[in-house]
Amino acid sequence: MSAAAAVPNEPPNPWFSWAFIRDNQELLLTALREHVSITLVAMVAAIVLAFPLALLSRRYRRLEGPVLALAGVLYTIPALVAIAILWPIFGLSPLTVEIALAVYALLILLRNFIAGLDGVPSDVMEAARGMGFSNRRLLWRVQIPLAVPTMLAGVRIATVSTIGLVTIGALVGHGGFGSLIIRGFEDNLYRAEILTATLACVLLAVLAEVTLLGVERLATPWARRRRAAA
Amino acid sequence: MSILQQAWQWLVDPANWSGAEGIPALAWQQIRISVYAMLLASVIALPVAIALGHQRKGGALASNIGNIGRAIPTLGVLIMFAVSPIGVTDFAVVLALAVFAVPPLLTNTYVAVRDVDDEVRDAARGMGMKPWQMVTRVELPLAMPLIAAGYRTAAVQVMATATLAAFIGAGTLGLPVLVGFGLQDNGQLFGAAFCVAVLCIATEAVMAVVQRLLTPKALRRGADGRRAQLIPALEPTIDDSAFAH
Repeated sequence: MSAAAAVPNEPPNPWFSWAFIRDNQELLLTALREHVSITLVAMVAAIVLAFPLALLSRRYRRLEGPVLALAGVLYTIPALVAIAILWPIFGLSPLTVEIALAVYALLILLRNFIAGLDGVPSDVMEAARGMGFSNRRLLWRVQIPLAVPTMLAGVRIATVSTIGLVTIGALVGHGGFGSLIIRGFEDNLYRAEILTATLACVLLAVLAEVTLLGVERLATPWARRRRAAA
Repeated sequence: MSILQQAWQWLVDPANWSGAEGIPALAWQQIRISVYAMLLASVIALPVAIALGHQRKGGALASNIGNIGRAIPTLGVLIMFAVSPIGVTDFAVVLALAVFAVPPLLTNTYVAVRDVDDEVRDAARGMGMKPWQMVTRVELPLAMPLIAAGYRTAAVQVMATATLAAFIGAGTLGLPVLVGFGLQDNGQLFGAAFCVAVLCIATEAVMAVVQRLLTPKALRRGADGRRAQLIPALEPTIDDSAFAH
C-alpha cells in the first residue's frame, strides 16, 4: 500500500511477501498440521456418528423429525459461541474445537445421509424385495449403494465448511491458519501474515473439494457412464 | 453457584441492558449489519442468478461460485477488510458477510429459476409473453419457494457469523461472549451465549414465516388440499455434468 510508504516512520506493510513465507515455514507448517488434524478428527467423528443416526431415523421414522429439528436448531448457534461455551468443559485444547466442528459437520451429514437414503426410488426397493432380498441385504446391497453419491456430496460439503470453521478455533488457540490470522491482526495488523494464512486456508479447502469430487466420481462409475451417454 | 445461576444473574442485571454495549444496542447492531449484508449480497447475486437461470446457462459458473464460496474463511476476509483502508468499521463486517452470503443466494436462486418446468415456459411463450414477463410472472413466482429457502439458510448463517465481528472489536452480541471468555466469567459467557442463540433462532423463525409469505398461495397447498410441506433448507444440488464440459 502506497499510503503507508508516504509516511517515513511507518514501516511498509505489504499484502503479500515471499520473505514472510520463507522466514516462517515452520510456523506455516505447524498451522497446516493443526488445521488438517482438527478437520480430520472432526470429520471422522461426525461421519461415525451420522451414519448410524441416519440409519436409525430411516428405520424408526418417528425419530427423523426430532433428529432433524434438533440438528437444525443446533446449526443456528454460531461456531464462536459453541467453542466459547465448550471451553469451560474441555479447556484450551484442540478437543474443544473438534467437538464443536464435529457437531456442525454432523448436521450437514445427517441431512445428506437421510436425503440420500430417502432418494432411493421405491420401485427399485420393491423390485429388490420381490427378488427375495431380506431387510438387511436390501439396506446394504440396494439402499446404501444408491445413496452413496448424495452421502459423499454431504461429506465433501461438510469437509469444506469445516476447513473454513477451523479458523474460529483461534479463540482457544487452536485455529490452524485462523490462529495466524488472529495473531497477524493483533500483531500490528500484519497484512502479509493475514493474507497468507487466509489464502492457505482457501487452498486447503479447494484441495479437499477437488479430492473429494474425485472420490465421488470413482465411487459412482454408473453416474460417469450415464454422463458419457447423455 | 451453578453456571446457570450465574448466567441468569448476568441476564437480569440491568447494567447489561443499557448503554452502547448493552444487550439491546448490540443485538440491534448485529441485526442491522446482517440486514445490510443480505441486501448487498442480494444486489450482487440476484440479477446474475436470475439471468443465468432464465437462459439456463452458466451451471458450472454457479456451482463453482458456490463451492469456492464455502472455501473462503469469513474470519480471514473480515480481518483483511479490517486491516485495509476500510478499517475496523461496521462496513468491514457488512462487506465480509456479503462475501459470505453471495454464493448460497446465487446458487439457490439459479437452481430455482433454472428448474421451472419446460411446459410452463412453453405455455407462457405461447401466450405471447416477452422474456421479462416470463421472468417476473412465471419463473420467479414458481421459483419463489426455493429462493426463499435459500434466503432463510443464508440469513440465519449471516446472523450467526456476524458474531465474528467481536474478534476485531466491532461489537455485535459476540462481544459480551468474547469478553466473558477473556475474563473467564462463566456467567457472562453463558448469559451472552444464550442471547446470541435466541437471536439466531428468532432469525430462523422469522425467515420461516417470510418463506411462507413469499410462497405464492397456489403453491402452498398440495393437490389433495393438505398444506404442502415447506421445502427444507437443503443445499441445492447442481447437476455435476456441468463440470464435464
